[in-house]
Amino acid sequence: MKELSTLVTITIGAILSNNFIFSQFLGCCPFMGVSKKIDTATGMGFAVVFVMGLASAITWCVYHWILVPLDLVYMETVAFILVIAALVQFIEMFLQKSVPSLYTALGVYLPLITTNCAVLGVALLNIQNSYNFIESVVYGIMGGVGFLLAIVLLASIREQLVFADYPKSFEGFPIALVSAGLMALAFMGFSGLDIFK
Amino acid sequence: MLNVVSAVLVLGILGAVFGALLAVASKIFEVKKDPREEAVLSKLAGANCGGCGYPGCAGCAAAIVAGDAPVTACAPAGPDAAAAIAQIMGKIACVGERETAFVRCNGGTAAVRRFEYVGIQDCTAAEKVAGGPVECAWGCLGFGSCVKACQFGAMSIGPNGVAVVDESKCTDCMACAAACPRKLIVSVPVSKKVRVMCLNQEKGKAAMTVCKNSCIGCGLCEKECKKDAIHVVNGIASIDYAKCVNCKLCTKVCPRDAITPVATPEEKEKYKEIKKRQAEAARQKAAANAKK
Repeated sequence: MKELSTLVTITIGAILSNNFIFSQFLGCCPFMGVSKKIDTATGMGFAVVFVMGLASAITWCVYHWILVPLDLVYMETVAFILVIAALVQFIEMFLQKSVPSLYTALGVYLPLITTNCAVLGVALLNIQNSYNFIESVVYGIMGGVGFLLAIVLLASIREQLVFADYPKSFEGFPIALVSAGLMALAFMGFSGLDIFK
Repeated sequence: MLNVVSAVLVLGILGAVFGALLAVASKIFEVKKDPREEAVLSKLAGANCGGCGYPGCAGCAAAIVAGDAPVTACAPAGPDAAAAIAQIMGKIACVGERETAFVRCNGGTAAVRRFEYVGIQDCTAAEKVAGGPVECAWGCLGFGSCVKACQFGAMSIGPNGVAVVDESKCTDCMACAAACPRKLIVSVPVSKKVRVMCLNQEKGKAAMTVCKNSCIGCGLCEKECKKDAIHVVNGIASIDYAKCVNCKLCTKVCPRDAITPVATPEEKEKYKEIKKRQAEAARQKAAANAKK
């Protein structure tokens, strides 16, 4: 029962109160770059969910089964980058073959997941918070869901911005950044839910 | 020392394992690409400008091979590349109607000036000073913002102080139209030579007092046109190029010489004669019919 409540805590923390984008400011590049349309944003969000979940699982294994026994813990960042890069390459190939429409929709942002700091961040945070395997995977997936939520919300707002009346100099990224900042403020409201510690 | 060696070894092995896995995966998930795509891609301009509406040149090449885009989709590559691509695709390139930018003002020295502007020699700057030195709100200011915007050397300020387009150099990119603070530059088909050279939406006297060459919205051209191609909309004559056949009748009746190619007084006189004769003939015919 205690495990389950821990998992629920992790879930709420990853999605709402400690959202990767709005409170940890990780993964902002694809967050701004792919949030112009809801469907591509959704695709990107699910790709990140997938990569973060998988990356959490594999980096946990690599850390606990290879780095810890061999006393190479100080190499974790390098090893994780290697794992994530290989993983993203693999996913890219997989999508190109199986879901070409999603592959073209994600475009340059799919290889950019390699350098998405949210993915590296989740791997490092798993170690920092000394999660076990299940907790790591849940944290990874839920962190991805948090990213998905944030990017879909921003994409919905940006689609509606077409009808908004704002100064011309704010067109494009400036108004998107303003919207994202306001969303981050709104998400601060969830910090009352902080049962994370 | 041992630490370093083991670190290098472990990461090396890790990398090698992932590399091997990716090599296997690339065989399993291999996507067969149409070889024509590469060939087409090599013929495109390669600037990734996105002008074709596809994400980069690779996207355009894929669309051409898939048949979604015409072989002429890449405008910067030009007609030669289109022909080469057509050959790859086993098609014949038919180049569409070429368009050119056109300045819809013929005022310049004929337009009334409100004051002498001596500030920064730029149309946008001049426009900011009390609405610009030219009285007509649709008058070319002649400071050459469009000339500076043109990457192809196709724009220049003509002898009468109005910007003109060299059609042989114009690529219809419309950078000039974006630079013009008064939005006087439009895109027109190269083959259609009959064009209204004014955008003044005022009617009658209001348009007449600000410029000697303004369209006053009198509608004579509209009545004269046999093809229903020219209409006065919002106080300005505008031509529907899907219907215009270059007959130039409208240029001969325009009292303001606002439609190019401007007819000479002799031509106008001659046309008046012809019309008079036609009217006479029609009257006689009607009279003859009435007698019967």
